[in-house]
Amino acid sequence: MRLPDGLPADIDLTRPSAARVYDYFLGGAHNFEIDRQLAEQIAGMTPNLAETMRAGRAFLRRGVRMLVDEGIDQFLDIGSGIPTVGNVHEVAQALNPAARIAYVDIDPVAVAHSRSILAGNEHTGVIHADLREPERILAEAEKLGVIDLRRPVAVLLAGVVHFIPDSDDPQRILATLRAGTVPGSYLLISHSTYEDQPPEMLDAQRLSARTSTEITLRSRAEITAFFGDFTLVEPGVVHMPLWRPDEPTDPGEHPERLGAFGGVGRHDRDAG
Amino acid sequence: MSTSAAGAGGDESADDEPPFSAAGPGVDQPGAQRYAERWAREVASCGYVPTSTAENRRQMLAHTVRLAEAVLAEPFTPQPGYEVGRALVEAHLTGPDVLDRSVRALGERFRRVVLPDLPEPVATPRIAALQGTLSAGFAGALRQRTLGQQERIAQSVLEARDRVERALRDSEARFRAVFVDAAIGIGIADIDGQIVDVNPAFAELLGYSIAELREINVAALFHPDDAAGMWELYQELIEGKQDAVRVEKRYYRKDGSAVWTDLAVSLIRHDDGRPRFTVAMVEDITERHELQQRLRYQALHDPLTGLPNRTLFFDRLGELFATGAPDDRVGICFLDLDGFKAVNDSLGHDLGDNLLVTVARRLADCVAEQGHLVARMGGDEFVILIDHNAGCRAVKAVADLALAAVAEPVQVGEHRLSVSASIGVVSGPLATTSVAELMKAADVTLYWAKAEGRSRWVSYDPARRAREQTRSALIAGMSTALQRGEFMVEYQPIVTLADEAICAVEALVRWRHPELGLLGPDGFIGLAEETGLIVELGRWVLTRACEAASRWHREFPDARLVISVNLAARQARDPAVVGTVSDVLRQTGLPADLLQLELTESAVMATAGEPLPALRRLAALGVRLAIDDFGTGYSNLAYLRRLPIHNLKLAGPFVEGIRSSDRQGLVDGRIVDALVRLAHALGLTVTAEAVETPGQADQLRALGCDAAQGRYFAAPAPEGEITRWLTARAERRRDRVT
Repeated sequence: MRLPDGLPADIDLTRPSAARVYDYFLGGAHNFEIDRQLAEQIAGMTPNLAETMRAGRAFLRRGVRMLVDEGIDQFLDIGSGIPTVGNVHEVAQALNPAARIAYVDIDPVAVAHSRSILAGNEHTGVIHADLREPERILAEAEKLGVIDLRRPVAVLLAGVVHFIPDSDDPQRILATLRAGTVPGSYLLISHSTYEDQPPEMLDAQRLSARTSTEITLRSRAEITAFFGDFTLVEPGVVHMPLWRPDEPTDPGEHPERLGAFGGVGRHDRDAG
Repeated sequence: MSTSAAGAGGDESADDEPPFSAAGPGVDQPGAQRYAERWAREVASCGYVPTSTAENRRQMLAHTVRLAEAVLAEPFTPQPGYEVGRALVEAHLTGPDVLDRSVRALGERFRRVVLPDLPEPVATPRIAALQGTLSAGFAGALRQRTLGQQERIAQSVLEARDRVERALRDSEARFRAVFVDAAIGIGIADIDGQIVDVNPAFAELLGYSIAELREINVAALFHPDDAAGMWELYQELIEGKQDAVRVEKRYYRKDGSAVWTDLAVSLIRHDDGRPRFTVAMVEDITERHELQQRLRYQALHDPLTGLPNRTLFFDRLGELFATGAPDDRVGICFLDLDGFKAVNDSLGHDLGDNLLVTVARRLADCVAEQGHLVARMGGDEFVILIDHNAGCRAVKAVADLALAAVAEPVQVGEHRLSVSASIGVVSGPLATTSVAELMKAADVTLYWAKAEGRSRWVSYDPARRAREQTRSALIAGMSTALQRGEFMVEYQPIVTLADEAICAVEALVRWRHPELGLLGPDGFIGLAEETGLIVELGRWVLTRACEAASRWHREFPDARLVISVNLAARQARDPAVVGTVSDVLRQTGLPADLLQLELTESAVMATAGEPLPALRRLAALGVRLAIDDFGTGYSNLAYLRRLPIHNLKLAGPFVEGIRSSDRQGLVDGRIVDALVRLAHALGLTVTAEAVETPGQADQLRALGCDAAQGRYFAAPAPEGEITRWLTARAERRRDRVT
């Protein structure tokens, strides 16, 4: 059954939720038995996965810091999940208390959770929407009064685009989101890949089908293409730990073992 | 110390407040630094660290100093251990191994690295106590945090559910409002047809209460007028083969009255696709439907009489042709009142209309039982369509009925009118005709009925129609034929019976018709007389004949060959006829006594039984006059005596009769004998026509007949042929002379 706005109307706790599995991997307790079972199962097959998720979170943290440093004070975090800790608003508002953040997720429980922890934070808002409807996300973000799309904004797509299969035309979605921003805006993407990966990664991908959505692994070229005509900032689309590490030694010897690329692109005036 | 902490924290902590103000005596600062760094590294490998590497290291240094101070404090209290344990959890350093690493680091190297100066007996129990409190603080905080998060996520689930339910409720409320307030009737039924719910508009439409309708099965709403296949469509719908059906349907209301609706039924399926409900939307279109019916009725009926009009008639007829088998018979009676215009003109249109209404009703009544369609075609024309594959006789019986129905006097106001009608009757198998042909035939036949005296029916006769059509074609083509030179003249020799020598030739006109071939005078002279073209045609023939005769006369002056030309009645009555004849004689140079004009008895007699005045003037020109076809008309023998006639031509039938030896032949022989005697008594010569056999010739000769013509002697021939005969005869004579 679906609601009039097209979003699923049932809260099915007999199925694991990607957001809650992610939370578990990050050490959170915003999850249920069914989520933890799946998380343990995935972790059992791909020991690196927990690390990947932590690395993804760390990449997001480093990216947001960099964006705040570049003067960005509005963030549209799509696929925010259950923001256990180290959330965008925490990172950004620690550096700029006036930073505004709109969280977007398809999972109604994640949305409810976000609303609950953000209660009282007037610079934030939560949108229940599907990434496959980017026009609606942009419209809702403005309606919410949190994001002003006439000013530069950072669109964050951390670990979410790989939930969109090719059949749903992710390029169109990205193009719509990019087109919705003004020059000076940024796009951050982290995305799982099969490049440089051992076979068990593919098994994990199969397992992920047991959450609401399946993961589509993509190449660096495909992920780079999502930035369209945006200018990639240094160091481009790279294995996540290599993206502006806190310290040179942080990435370790095999940053590719985490199986995900990350990058940030800028909407330049001449590109737009 | 703060600088070294800052140095250890890297550039990120350059702005930060020093996390600890003073390490007590005995704390080895570089050692604390080293300890914290390693501790930070170890916890970072245990799970997600939400802060930067430098920040994490800075926090771990603060905890290290805190713990060192606790060990050194007097009096000793392990309380700070709680706080550090709790702080670890709050910094999200919650991985299970974090506690392991932290406790083990305290036991294994804290005193040695951070408090190298502190005697072991003092340090060991205190560190052990701090290990305990740190563990307890960590566990307690982790428990609080876990419980809090569990509660929060559970709460979030509830909220999400609330929200969904609220959205559903809102949605439900909106749809409910639409459902309840809709002007259109909406009904929901399950797959068995049991009505689940209806809105007030639906209930009102059918005149039931909502509660009553909820007890009803849709099958109970069957109406005998339901369109063919409608319930089959419904069946396909509930079987899931269709998703929507739309029909116009009639319902009975509770009070028994009927209501026309535009009904759209849609299927609602389970999530797995199985049919679940049907939703019907009905709109009352009774008024529209009635208006349509009325308009349709008006379009197909005559407003005066209420009978079907010609449109409906032609619809039905067309349908018959479209759907009937080729052998099926169709019949129509095309009826027109006799003298209706006179009724209208003398009694006024109102009475005329009344008469039409009465006639219409009678016609409808007289065939009502047989179910034939009676239509008013317009004016006083009616048509009865006999479409039940009726035979000829049945159709004629209908025509009799119709005539009888009309014949009954009609009381219109104070007038009692006796009217009659004429009817054209046509019937036949569908395969042999078409709508257009049938109607044309009916029209023609009606005309025949009128022409034959009205108050009757006439049955269609295709041969008669064909003749008339040929006639029309001939009439239409005749005048151009003359211009185009399609006519020609042939000459039939007339011989003296005594020596069978040619004494004259009769000019006979021929029409070389482009489509019908060569036509003899019988085929068109009558038509030419009707149309008046005979005057022009006759002059043309006369001219051609006299020209030929003139040539013969010049070439064979001794032959004294007479040219005999027919003069039709209409020509004879033409005031210019005498002038025409004298002109032709003058132009051709033919001596008048070599021209014989043949007139029929009726042509000789003008109106009022008087002989034609032109006869004497023609005779005065010196022209010979003959009565053609003598014995077939009514001759006034008294006048015959006084007329300037030279010759009688005996009509063919008498001559044909004397051929036979039976009683009729005997009678004809006596008639010919009498006619010859009569003619001779009057001083006239007699020419017999149509002589075909030597027997006839012999008998005619024996009876004293003067001359004869016919195939026995010679068929009509072109001028050249006659010329050759004349030449041959002249040579024979010359031979005889020499």
